Amino acid sequence: MIEVRFHGRGGQGAVVASEVLANAAFREGYEVASFPYFGVERRGAPVAAYARIDDKPIRIRSSIYEPDYVVILDNSLLKGVSLLEGLKPGGTVMINYPDDEKLDNVRPEYRYYTLDATAIAASHGIGSKVAPIVNTSIMGGFAKICDMVSLDAMLESIREKAPVKKDENVAAAREAYERTRVVRA
Amino acid sequence: MRKVMTGNYASAYGAKAARAQVIAAYPITPQTSIVEKLADFVASGELDAKFIPVESEHSAMAACVSASIGGARTYTATSSHGLTLMHEVLIWASSARQPVVMTNVSRAMAPPWSVWADHMDSVAQRDTGWLQFFCESNQEVLDTIVMAYKVGESRDVMLPAMIIEDAFILSHTSEPVDVPEQDAVDSFLPGFDPDIKLEIGKPMGFGSLVKPDQYMEFRYKAMLAMTRARTRIAEVEREFEEAFGRGYGGLLDEYRCEDADAVLVIAGSAAGTARHVVDELRSRGLRVGMARLRTFRPFPHDEFRALAKRIPGIAVLDRSYTYGASGAFYTEIRGSVGPEEDVAVMKNYIAGLGGRDITPKAIERVFEDILSLKSQSQVPQEPEWIGMKGMEGRMR
Repeated sequence: MIEVRFHGRGGQGAVVASEVLANAAFREGYEVASFPYFGVERRGAPVAAYARIDDKPIRIRSSIYEPDYVVILDNSLLKGVSLLEGLKPGGTVMINYPDDEKLDNVRPEYRYYTLDATAIAASHGIGSKVAPIVNTSIMGGFAKICDMVSLDAMLESIREKAPVKKDENVAAAREAYERTRVVRA
Repeated sequence: MRKVMTGNYASAYGAKAARAQVIAAYPITPQTSIVEKLADFVASGELDAKFIPVESEHSAMAACVSASIGGARTYTATSSHGLTLMHEVLIWASSARQPVVMTNVSRAMAPPWSVWADHMDSVAQRDTGWLQFFCESNQEVLDTIVMAYKVGESRDVMLPAMIIEDAFILSHTSEPVDVPEQDAVDSFLPGFDPDIKLEIGKPMGFGSLVKPDQYMEFRYKAMLAMTRARTRIAEVEREFEEAFGRGYGGLLDEYRCEDADAVLVIAGSAAGTARHVVDELRSRGLRVGMARLRTFRPFPHDEFRALAKRIPGIAVLDRSYTYGASGAFYTEIRGSVGPEEDVAVMKNYIAGLGGRDITPKAIERVFEDILSLKSQSQVPQEPEWIGMKGMEGRMR
């Protein structure tokens, strides 16, 4: 079983990102569960979501405390509480981060990938210019770093889940897949 | 077809599969996406039903009861404060013997405000005369709605049913759910055709005043109906299993209890985590099992009596608390079994209130604790509250 934790802010689509991933892995033949941690749905407030992927039916219903992957949709969250809490040694971090800035505080026990999902989503007109919805872009990148889910399955899942602008969301994810950068493998 | 969906959508698909004809619901918080999805189904023509948005949950249930008296199959959904506002009409529904089916997304009651999983809202409706089914998965939510209509509408039952879906843990979790073929559901569940209903041109009174010389007989007949529901639930589940290949263990769903030294009794979604822990502990050589309380009403008294006779230690985990007594499940189980000296050591644990996570570690500790107890005299009167922060918990 792999466990993934998503961090974002209300309005960026972290919860839908977890659903897109679960749905994509399901298309690949895995058993899946995705769930949000929220209750007060406020735009801009920190939000977490989770996904489990396994080759057996998933029975466990408690939260995820020791994920294999942490996906960060908003890098302003990096200044707050430790987003990497509980991440297993050897685990993977994926961050929505500008291409022209250097990522600090890279820890030796983890693999790091970055992706300028904000720029990609904005260039495809997803969400508004000031508040682009980055979830589908970041999931395009996730298909590159996780070998359980192919890009095709991810794109099909995005096409199914995106409520509007399906073509734009798929195009953004495809571009994000190509533009995912390795910081530390 | 298998699709990834939330518990709320599983509820909506269940009501659609059962071809609910009248759906009355309060559309604002604490309502959930269940009725939003059903409104979509009705608007798109996928479900041929009358959708009635009403001004309160009290009215929602009143509309369902009335439509049911008129011979329509009815469905509604609510949660927490919405359910408790319905209380008066819940009793009306069962006493009028109308087989309304409802999903309750089980949540904590305020204050303090909480929107997370807790069974207090559902448990507080124990005495309303409804069948109450606690579900472990989104698939079970969908399937139980279909089965509940068949049980409730049985001529010798005619009682309403509440499908209990844990907030967030099921309601907002997306997981694979098999949506059964409509043809298969149609042949499993015939249309609602009550013997007595309100019809134009056939004037009839429902819910009139009766004098003391008649009232008790109405109650007695409802009691008999609830008793028959026990058998009916098992029969309907067998038929369902034959048709769809899925079963849920009847009233009390036992997991690896055969040779167990200790069994955990639990209800709702946390049972999945408990199965995981049972397998872990078994692999370490501890003989433990889990008994999932699937129906709170009717209560599986016989099943518990049999379990208590053969299992040395029984831990009962309640996700609610009845002040001045103990967890409601524990009280009921205690009442099921005979004199103390003949039965297992039994202890009550309170956990998971207001959405506090019931972790594998917490369940593991419960098993360790119950296995360490040798006689009932070692068990304190008050239940043990698990994972209390900065307070004197009995177990840390």
